Amino acid sequence: MRIGFYICHCGTNIAGTIDAAAVRDFAAELPGVAVSRDYKYMCSDPGQEMIVQDIRDNKLDRLVVAACSPSLHEETFRKAAAKGGMNSFFFQMVNIREHNAWVHEDKAAATQKAKDQVRAAITRVRFHKALEKKSVPVNANVLVVGGGIAGIHAALTLANAGKTVTLVERDSTIGGHMALFDKTFPTLDCAACILTPKMSAVKNHPNITLWTYSEVSKVEGYVGNYKVTVKRKTRYIKEDLCVGCLDCIEACVFKEPKFRDDFNQGLSKRKPVYMSFPQATPKLVTIDPETCIQLKTGKCRKSCAEACDRKAIDFELKDEMKELEVGAIILATGFSAFDPKRHAYYGYGRYPNVYSALEVERLVNASGPTNGEVVLRDGKHPKAIGIIHCVGSRDEHTNKWCSRVCCMYSLKLAHLLKEHTGAEIYDFYIDMRTPGKTYEEFYDRLLQEGVHFIRGRVAEVNDWAMTPEEEGKLVIRVEDTLAGFVRRIPVDMVVLSQGLEARKDAGDVRRLFNIGCGTEGFFQERHPKLAPVSTFADGIFIAGACQGPKDIPDTVAQAGAAAAEALALVDAGHVELEPNTSHVVEEECCGCKSCVPLCPYSAISFDEAKKKASINEVLCKGCGVCAAACPSGSIRQNLFEDEELFGEIEGVLS
Amino acid sequence: MSEKRRFEPKIVAFFCNWCTYTAADLAGVSRIKYAPNARVIRVMCSGRVDPQFILDAFAKGADGVLLGGCHPGDCHYAEGNYKTLRRMRLLERMLKGMGIEDGRFRLEWISGAEGDKVKVVINDMVEKVRALGPLDLPGRAKGWDKELEALAHGVRKSEDKKEPTHA
Ligand SMILES: Cc1cc2nc3c(=O)[nH]c(=O)nc-3n(C[C@H](O)[C@H](O)[C@H](O)COP(=O)(O)OP(=O)(O)OC[C@H]3O[C@@H](n4cnc5c(N)ncnc54)[C@H](O)[C@@H]3O)c2cc1C
Ligand code: SF4
Ligand code: SF4
Ligand code: FES
Repeated sequence: MRIGFYICHCGTNIAGTIDAAAVRDFAAELPGVAVSRDYKYMCSDPGQEMIVQDIRDNKLDRLVVAACSPSLHEETFRKAAAKGGMNSFFFQMVNIREHNAWVHEDKAAATQKAKDQVRAAITRVRFHKALEKKSVPVNANVLVVGGGIAGIHAALTLANAGKTVTLVERDSTIGGHMALFDKTFPTLDCAACILTPKMSAVKNHPNITLWTYSEVSKVEGYVGNYKVTVKRKTRYIKEDLCVGCLDCIEACVFKEPKFRDDFNQGLSKRKPVYMSFPQATPKLVTIDPETCIQLKTGKCRKSCAEACDRKAIDFELKDEMKELEVGAIILATGFSAFDPKRHAYYGYGRYPNVYSALEVERLVNASGPTNGEVVLRDGKHPKAIGIIHCVGSRDEHTNKWCSRVCCMYSLKLAHLLKEHTGAEIYDFYIDMRTPGKTYEEFYDRLLQEGVHFIRGRVAEVNDWAMTPEEEGKLVIRVEDTLAGFVRRIPVDMVVLSQGLEARKDAGDVRRLFNIGCGTEGFFQERHPKLAPVSTFADGIFIAGACQGPKDIPDTVAQAGAAAAEALALVDAGHVELEPNTSHVVEEECCGCKSCVPLCPYSAISFDEAKKKASINEVLCKGCGVCAAACPSGSIRQNLFEDEELFGEIEGVLS
Repeated sequence: MSEKRRFEPKIVAFFCNWCTYTAADLAGVSRIKYAPNARVIRVMCSGRVDPQFILDAFAKGADGVLLGGCHPGDCHYAEGNYKTLRRMRLLERMLKGMGIEDGRFRLEWISGAEGDKVKVVINDMVEKVRALGPLDLPGRAKGWDKELEALAHGVRKSEDKKEPTHA
């Protein structure tokens, strides 16, 4: 055996902590090592070329590189091995950067650890076998989950590239949070004017199938070959007949709207049969089974159904399960706004004139519940308004992170509220965070518009008047950290700039798609810098606020990136899979069947005639559970064979 | 007085690729510092870890063995970690029988986002195993061999003695 060993300095990232020359000399003495070198950057072209040359000149048949995490450069060195003419699986990588140099300070101990790690790899690599990557065909269709601006943009990009896309949205309409807004920062362009054309484009695109009021309920398969089950909830409307004339809503036995209108954040009421907003896409009404008398009791005049001259209403309709085969999936399920009730000191839910920012988005909206007139819950028009930043952000007690968009949308709301009411606006911020193209300029503009900015985290909102001016007002108590004293500001209306958080069901969605979440609950990207829209599940990408708080420009950019990644995958037509599957060595199998029920993918079958187990390598995903369980040791997992792992154990300990 | 060198336990850590290994990568990227005693062996899933690996690590001189996988319900292969859990509960009983103290083997669920937990767990384990002192299973095994030999010798002797009566 002729092993080539290389240790990378990674500039000073590794060599600053680990004595690379000492490790190089140590490795040179290990049995079978023919070449042992150190180099500044092994991943650079000259570094790789050195490996290629050595393989050729020194007839190397095994390769070990001690450098960074295999998740970064395993592929790089496998390719170098192949270029030199060696099977790329005769290679083993040693992670001495993330797992060593970056986490230890004691240089002697770190160097000793590096030696142990290297000896493990050199012991293990002897047992490596020549393997080939499996190439499997990729289904060219793509599934997009979530129809906010992220999902809409991703779906359109893919469809425009000629791909067949299915967009699954849980709500009765696409649009997401953006559909709630009147204006968007920093340009103050009308949200509907830029969003609704894209919504219609989705609906009308020949390559897009739009399934609203639907949810993914099962995901099977693997990269390039996912089988997805979608539950299409019924709206009790025959979708092909309804033209969205709204006659049924007019005719409903409830003469007045009586139930909470979710789209308007509860600021208005709706009937059991409703359409969220005039531009809802698809333009279909929905009947809410929770409030519809017919659906709850079966005893209603059904005046809505009578009123529909196209006979589109059918109370007998049932939910449907649909199956779908796709090669890639983009998750764009967005965020939830922080529930300000959780911040008890700000009086939300206690004082009627304390509003959440989303409510105010609807209040200032020309097509909102008040047609854009800012009237308070008590019918008054506010003369003084306080906007409180960071509600449920940058806070030890709720969410620690900065929600990134609240400073900017608070400025937007300050502008809009001033424009709509002429009131004095007080804006309470901890730090004003306006990074972004033309964002700081927007802040400047607001300063000039005469908004009062007060720096400090608000302590409390209450209605205890201490002076006649405070009578009948809400009092905001805050330490003004610029002026250096505590202030009491009486106002008529308080706006709470709620932070962005992961959806309550993000955990379930993540499990369904087998991806990860960070500790804050947002979906985890594969690498924070280099793979921001990929996940640990190959073929599943993420875009928009489901990955973390972000504004619309960033969301759209990320959605484009996710679409491009999905496109690159499905356009290639095939994908290479890691050959780390398991197989049964038939002669050794004792026929005990221990392995059969263990496989989560039912890849193991048992031949009753031969009394032997066998593994379907197409179904096997390479977890190795069966290999660990087989009492006769007859199951081998490629790349993780017993000898290889025992070799590593011996290597780290000798 | 010459200061006695502090005992540095050797810990072998089996980490699953998707959660705990990633968490250790994250700890690295975040430059979180922790004790240099653990040597990580990567497996695709904690379910790949055969109890024999753990016994072998002890037999070859490890003072502690750490097994890290995804949190229950989060295994990349759906349920590998449940199988790990069942298997390791059995192993723990066996280790006890062999006189290997609690705390020398540890099973931890560490998600890919929990870089800090890698530090906490490894530091804590190093402290606890340090307090237990060296395991030296190879040494003990030699001791057992000797005992066994002595025992065998004793049996032979008594049999030798008995022989005449049989004759
Ligand atoms: C008060 C407020 C004001 C804002 N103002 C601005 C502004 O002026 N300018 C700006 O740039 N940004 C603004 N933002 C930020 C903006 O809302 C986000 O950047 C944007 O909405 C993110 O889009 P998204 O598609 O990722 O998520 P979302 O808009 O949340 O859309 C997600 C969609 O996915 C659907 N969904 C969720 N789960 C599932 C599931 N399991 N299955 C199927 N579908 C699902 C949802 O129903 C929703 O339609 C504001 C945010 C807030 C809270
Ligand atoms: S566990 Fe091993 S011996 Fe038993 S049936 Fe499966 S492959 Fe054969
Ligand atoms: S390695 Fe895992 S997925 Fe493959 S056959 Fe064995 S148990 Fe099934
Ligand atoms: S993949 Fe982490 S425990 Fe199974």
